[in-house]
Amino acid sequence: MNPFETIRMAVRALLRNKLRSFLTTLGIIIGVFAVIAMVAIGEGAKAQVEQTFASMGSNIVIVMPGTSTQGGAMGGMGSLPTLTWEDLRALRNEASAIKAVAPILRSAAQVQSEDQNWTTTVIGSSPEIFEIRAWKIESGAIFTASDVDIGAKVAVIGRTVADKLYGTTAEVVGQTIRIKNVPFTVVGLLEKKGQSAMGQDQDDQIFIPQSTWQSKIQGGLQKFVNGMIMMTAVSQEAIPRAESQIKDILRDRHHIEPGMDDDFSVRNLSDMANAVESSTRVFTGLLASIAAVSLLVGGIGIMNIMLVSVTERTREIGLRMAVGARRRHILAQFLVEALVLSIAGGLVGVVGGFYAARALSESFGWPMLFRTETVLLAVGFSGAVGIVFGIFPARKASRLDPITALRYE
Amino acid sequence: MAETAPPLIRLEGVRKVYPMGDVEVQALRGVDLRIDEGEFVAIMGSSGSGKSTLMHILGCLDRPNSGHFWLRGRDVSDLEPDALAEIRNETLGFVFQSFNLLPRTSAVENVELPLLYGGVGGRERRKRSVEALERVGLASRMHHHPNQLSGGQQQRVAIARALVGRPRLILADEPTGNLDSRSSVEIMALFQALGASGITLVLVTHEPDIAQYAARVIVMRDGRVREDRRQVPRPAVPLPVEADDEPAPEVVS
Repeated sequence: MNPFETIRMAVRALLRNKLRSFLTTLGIIIGVFAVIAMVAIGEGAKAQVEQTFASMGSNIVIVMPGTSTQGGAMGGMGSLPTLTWEDLRALRNEASAIKAVAPILRSAAQVQSEDQNWTTTVIGSSPEIFEIRAWKIESGAIFTASDVDIGAKVAVIGRTVADKLYGTTAEVVGQTIRIKNVPFTVVGLLEKKGQSAMGQDQDDQIFIPQSTWQSKIQGGLQKFVNGMIMMTAVSQEAIPRAESQIKDILRDRHHIEPGMDDDFSVRNLSDMANAVESSTRVFTGLLASIAAVSLLVGGIGIMNIMLVSVTERTREIGLRMAVGARRRHILAQFLVEALVLSIAGGLVGVVGGFYAARALSESFGWPMLFRTETVLLAVGFSGAVGIVFGIFPARKASRLDPITALRYE
Repeated sequence: MAETAPPLIRLEGVRKVYPMGDVEVQALRGVDLRIDEGEFVAIMGSSGSGKSTLMHILGCLDRPNSGHFWLRGRDVSDLEPDALAEIRNETLGFVFQSFNLLPRTSAVENVELPLLYGGVGGRERRKRSVEALERVGLASRMHHHPNQLSGGQQQRVAIARALVGRPRLILADEPTGNLDSRSSVEIMALFQALGASGITLVLVTHEPDIAQYAARVIVMRDGRVREDRRQVPRPAVPLPVEADDEPAPEVVS
C-alpha cells in the first residue's frame, strides 16, 4: 500500500464525518491562525520601530553635559555646561571609534519669511550633523565648514518649515529667512524625514552654523558647548568602544579622579532601539506562547477524537487485520488521519492568519511582513502536533487483537 | 503418502487455553484434524464447544498454546502477528455472520480491501474486484453502499471480498446467521459453486440445516472433535421468489 493510497483513505475516512473533522481541527486552525497573525504583526511592528530608528541615523552616540547642584537641588541633565569646544575638538581628533562629531545647540525661535511667520527649533551645528543623522538634501546644499568658520548667515531648513513659510510648491533655496529678526539665506532644503521615535516632527527644524547660532541666536558661554555633542561610531560593533573612548577623553580633560562621578553622560540610540525591540520581542513571545498553548489544546482535541474514532471503528480495524492489514498499515492509517486533520487545520489557519495580518497591518499602517519560514514553521508545527498526538491512538489501534476487535460491539 | 502434496490443513494436538479472570478456560483440548484441498467442511457444535476457537486458529487469527498447525505443509503455529497477516492476506478469505462491510464505502471498494493490503495496483485491483463481484452476481451493484443492499446482497459482497485475493481456503463463521432462509439458501448455493471450482470451504455453524450442504461435518464438544463424518451434500436450490420476499431497497444511482 503506497503513501498516496493511505492518504486518500484517510481523507475519505475524515470526509465521512465532515462536521466532526472540522470541529476537531478547529483548535489547530485557531492556533496556527494566531501564530501567523501574531508573528506577522510582531514583525511588522518591529520593522516599523527599526525604520523609525534608522531615520534618526545609525550608530549615534550622544554626550550631554553634567548636572548642576545649587543648594542641594539637582538640576537636570545638561543644566550645567561642562563640555567645551576644546572637548569637542579632542573627541573629533582623538577618538578612533568615532566617525563624525557635531554639536547640537538648540533654541526655539520665531522665524519669518516675507509674509509668513512660524516658531520652530533652530539648531546650531556643523556640516557633520547631516552625515550623523543620515539626512539628505532635497534641493540646494548644506552649509560648509567655512560657513562655520566665518559665521555665515546661512540656513538649511526642514520640509515643515519650508511649507509653513513658503508654501509647498515654492522654490525655497535663495529665499531670505529671518530668524529672531536676523536675515539668513536659505541654502538648502532637507528631505522629509517624518516623526522621530519620540513623536516629534523632525522636519520642523532649521540648521545653521554653530558659530552663527552663538553670535546671533543665543549669546554667552563662548567657551562651552551650550547643548550636546552628537557623534556617530564607525560601526555598530564600535559603539561600546566609542563610548569608553569618549569617557576616557572627557574624564582626562575634566581632571576627574578615579571613583568620582562623570560630569557628563553618554548615551546611544541603539540602546533605545534595543529596548523598544526587546519589548516587542516580549510581546511577540507572549503571543507565540498563547498560540503554542492553543496548538497544544488542538492536539489534545485531535487525540481525543482519534481515540473515539479507534473505539468506534474497532470492528473495522479487526476486519482490516483479518483481510491482511499488518500492524504498520493500521498504525499508518490512523496516524495519517491525525496528520491530515492537523495539517489541513494548519493550512486553513495560515490562510486565515495571512488575511487577518494583512487587514491589521493595513489598519495600523505597518509594513506587512509575511515570512515563508513562519508559514513552514506553523504547518510543520501543526504536523508535529498531529504526529505527537496521533501516535498514541494509532498505536492503540495497531495493537488490537483481531479476534477481540472483530467481536467488539 | 510422502510423495503426495501436503494436506491444506493439518492439526496435531492443538490446545488453546484462555485465562478468564482467575480460571483458565480450556477452549481446545487437543485437536487433530486434516482437511484436504477442495473439501467443503462444516464445523458444528454448541456455544462453548471450541468451534469458534478452532475457526480462529484455522484462520491464522490466533495461535495455539501447544500442538502444531500446518497450512499447506508450513508450520504456522508460532508465527508473528505480521507474518500471520500476510498468510491471511494471501491464502485465506473470511466471511462473517455480521458481514463486516465498511460503512459508507461502495461494494467494489469493500471488495478491494484485501488487495489494498496485498500491494495490488489500483487498476488491477478494480478489475479483480469487479470480477469477484460478477462471480457473486452483484456486478450491477458495485457502487452501492452497504446500507443500500439487502442482507443477502451484503453477504455476497463479503464473499466477493473473501474471493478477490484468490484464496485456497475460505472460512465462514455463521455466514447465514443474520439472513432469512431464502438468502441463506442462496448463500449456500454460492458456497457450493465455489467448492465446485476447487476452493476449500470451512463453515462454522450451529444449524444442522446449514451443515447439510457440506460434504463433511465435524462436530465439536468440550474442546475436542466428537464426530467427523462425510455425507452426500444436499444441493442448495434457491427458493422461488415469493410475494413477501425481502426486496433489495430501491436505489437511485
